[in-house]
Amino acid sequence: MAEKEQNNQIITENLSLHYGTLQALKQVNLAIPARQITALIGPSGCGKSTFLKTLNRMNDLIEGVRVSGKVLIDGEDIYDPAVDVPLLRKKIGMVFQKPNPFPMSIYDNIAYGPRIHGTRGRRELDEIVIRSLKDAALWPEVKDRLKDNAFDLSGGQQQRLCIARALAVEPEILLLDESTSALDPASTLKIEDLMTQLKERYTIVMVTHNMQQAARISDWTAFFMLGEVIEYNRTGQLFNQPREQQTEAYLTGRFG
Amino acid sequence: MDMSHTALNMAANDALKRRLKRRKRLDLVMRALSFAAAVFSLVILAIVLYRVVVQSIGWLNVAFLTGKLSMFPEKAGISGVILGSLLLMVIVIPVTLILGVATAVYLEEYSRRNALRSVVQTAIANLAGVPSVIFGLLGLTVFSRFFGLGSSILAGGLTLSLLVLPLVVVSSSEAIKAVPQFLRDASYALGATKWTTTWRVVLPTAMPGILTGNILALSRAIGETAPLVVLGIPALILRSPKSLLDDFTALPVQIYYWTLDTVLTPEYAHLAAATIIVLLVMMFVLNGAAIVIRRKFARRY
Ligand SMILES: Nc1ncnc2c1ncn2[C@@H]1O[C@H](COP(=O)(O)OP(=O)(O)O)[C@@H](O)[C@H]1O
Ligand SMILES: [Mg+2]
Repeated sequence: MAEKEQNNQIITENLSLHYGTLQALKQVNLAIPARQITALIGPSGCGKSTFLKTLNRMNDLIEGVRVSGKVLIDGEDIYDPAVDVPLLRKKIGMVFQKPNPFPMSIYDNIAYGPRIHGTRGRRELDEIVIRSLKDAALWPEVKDRLKDNAFDLSGGQQQRLCIARALAVEPEILLLDESTSALDPASTLKIEDLMTQLKERYTIVMVTHNMQQAARISDWTAFFMLGEVIEYNRTGQLFNQPREQQTEAYLTGRFG
Repeated sequence: MDMSHTALNMAANDALKRRLKRRKRLDLVMRALSFAAAVFSLVILAIVLYRVVVQSIGWLNVAFLTGKLSMFPEKAGISGVILGSLLLMVIVIPVTLILGVATAVYLEEYSRRNALRSVVQTAIANLAGVPSVIFGLLGLTVFSRFFGLGSSILAGGLTLSLLVLPLVVVSSSEAIKAVPQFLRDASYALGATKWTTTWRVVLPTAMPGILTGNILALSRAIGETAPLVVLGIPALILRSPKSLLDDFTALPVQIYYWTLDTVLTPEYAHLAAATIIVLLVMMFVLNGAAIVIRRKFARRY
């Protein structure tokens, strides 16, 4: 099958990370394509979250973290000292495992990002809030209660609010860390649908412990173990004909 | 063999039962003791309150609240004294809120987690326990003498601010510490800087806790006598203060002087009692406000 030249937006080169003396990532080399969904799977503690956080430098917030190797995003080394980290994080949205809305109104949650980046006009903010809520498939449910506290929403709605909040700063990349693991099946499906729509415009990297989910919606899958990437391939290939024996063991163990 | 086994079991059972019984008895005794302790302190409080209320009857009226100080008990009023206490708060509130919260923010959000930081934190916690007279001496040396503020409201307010600053720092630190990390993470992930995150997420979330602590500290400040007496507040001021640089007197100080002078003028005891009621009402209002704030903004995350 003649494949179109991949446009790899995120490339890691020999990326290693230590928490103090514990090495959590070992020489990770991955090329993550633009506008596709890439899933990260593997047993817990294998470094999936850690890897995800190296991509928007959230690891900077943890004391004692050392990173070596490179992370290139659009060709730029994001660990270069000249990089403006807040600007980098604006470009790369992140959705966490537990919904974490701010203790403010639905409107203010979404407007938070644009406001801190300098958008002040009421009408402009209104537009951003509406567009983001629509993109996150939450608009019909909240359009009459934008002033309500975000905590009045259900867990699934809160998580979509967090997605909308991330979209409001117009990122190019979305990182999701087990973002459906705390949700009921119906909310999970809603967010999966949402992801398949959003990938037309965003590069999506998602950690999931749910392999059916990875199989259902991702284009590429990376299998991590003990901080290493064991196998990285198109999702169909990785699930149907794993090259590595460890991958197969993991997949069958879970499915069996 | 079976027999001896059951016999043994029964013996063990008996011992267990006896021990349980003893523990239950101990439980009852302790419960009675702690109940008695609670009742004891409540009774004492009730007696004090009762005496104060009885003594103030007939003296606590509108004329007393709105009148000016006087040597003659029948003519004396405490409007100037109330004003003095309110003006003290006007200084204490902004000074402690700004300095206390800024210190707490620095300690919790900015300083590195190292030995120096824990030394500073321990020092602040210990300062909260230093007797208030010591703060009075500090205020006397620094504000009254060095800065030449004498026994003005400004000197008194700054001294009381120093006194309750450790409390404000500690309670604000607790409130900031209680803000969950995931809220900060959410802000950083959107590209916020540390300052933006602190200002727009951490402080608003911690604000109910900060305010509660601040109000409680304030209610401590308005009840303090010793530091103000050390500053040398005159025993009888017949004029009400006009500016923050004027001499003044405050509720606890006036209570103190009137009580001292009951030896000469027994009626002063009634004035002191009436003033105590006013001070207690102010403290109840402040503590009530703290409870309301805490209730209203109960944490939901
Ligand atoms: N903040 C941290 N400090 C120290 N060690 C950490 C920290 N976060 C994660 N780790 C360790 O790094 C390894 C990878 O963790 P993580 O990336 O969370 O795994 P996963 O997301 O795949 O479950 C684990 O051994 C974990 O204990
Ligand atoms: Mg994880």
